[in-house]
Amino acid sequence: MHSPADIATSWPDAIYAHFRRVGVRQVGYVPDAGHSRLITLCQNDRQITDVVLTTEEEGVALVAGAALGGQRAALLMQSSGVGNCVNMFSLLRNCGFPCIALVTMRGEFGEFNPWQVPMGTITEAVLRLCGFLTYRVESADAVDEIVGAGCDMAFNGDLAIAVLLSQRLIGPKQWTR
Amino acid sequence: MMLDRRQFVQQLLVDRGDLLVVPGLGSATYDIAAAGDHPLNFYLWGAMGGTTMIALGLALARPERRVVAIPGDGDMLMGLGSLATIGVKQPTNFVVVVLDNARYGETGMQASHTDAGVDFAALALACRFRQARTVTRIEQVAEVRQLLHAGEGPILINAKIKPEDVPRVLPLRDGHAIKQRFVAALNAV
Repeated sequence: MHSPADIATSWPDAIYAHFRRVGVRQVGYVPDAGHSRLITLCQNDRQITDVVLTTEEEGVALVAGAALGGQRAALLMQSSGVGNCVNMFSLLRNCGFPCIALVTMRGEFGEFNPWQVPMGTITEAVLRLCGFLTYRVESADAVDEIVGAGCDMAFNGDLAIAVLLSQRLIGPKQWTR
Repeated sequence: MMLDRRQFVQQLLVDRGDLLVVPGLGSATYDIAAAGDHPLNFYLWGAMGGTTMIALGLALARPERRVVAIPGDGDMLMGLGSLATIGVKQPTNFVVVVLDNARYGETGMQASHTDAGVDFAALALACRFRQARTVTRIEQVAEVRQLLHAGEGPILINAKIKPEDVPRVLPLRDGHAIKQRFVAALNAV
């Protein structure tokens, strides 16, 4: 069993376990501190092709191509990345491609950088306008249930699902000199 | 010398076999439709800049199949970063053929960056593509077709086409229908 302290740091493992459970085979991401543990887990899994992107919108197109080829794919991004995707999201809606996006939030609880705030405060609204169903996760012990439901909805229902991992969950970025 | 776009694309896709084709929005999609409608064409009517990445996702999912992305130059310019992403993954079954008329054809034939000399083949090589070249003569189409079906990717071919206005040939436009037809045909072969 996991202790509360374990859960607080091992929530990325719960996301990864759902990727394995539903058979995610491609994962697109831009390197991100909040997702670093999950990215490493995916990189070390021979069943998963990890695709490092130059911009998050590439990942939206990647997900579409993977689905055409019969593979399930997931997107990992930071809230700022959502803004980079807006027009490409039309591909999901026009064609009914499944998409599960895990979004680490910036520009909210405990943020030190005001430049993150404009995008962070509109991220969820933007996703909804683009046709996503959104679910926020505020605590580590809720990650498993919400990500599990999100994966099932995306891949069973050909829906675009975004799970927003709050900054309170991830912890504020450590500002070091 | 520059290529006639319809003649080039028609000959490029002769005897295409089970090739998977992702045409970019605008004139590229019309050219591929004019060469003959096919269920293994995933026509795009939007998602500018995404053509090569859709093809990458497809190529990674189906490593046993050949995949070609056919964007116009404006589409390729909008997705230039994807060349670096593809260079990292090194998909051997992946080819990009850019239809480069150095113009934005859908919006009034304004000059694109390639008109000023921006070079996709050089960019691709800098991004670790295995092969990249520019073609300008129809006699070169046979060697391009050879690369398309048997070359070790990732490969980029920059096809310099004449900046001419040709009649539009409009394929299926319903995204769900294009997807369903493509997936059914892919899984039937």
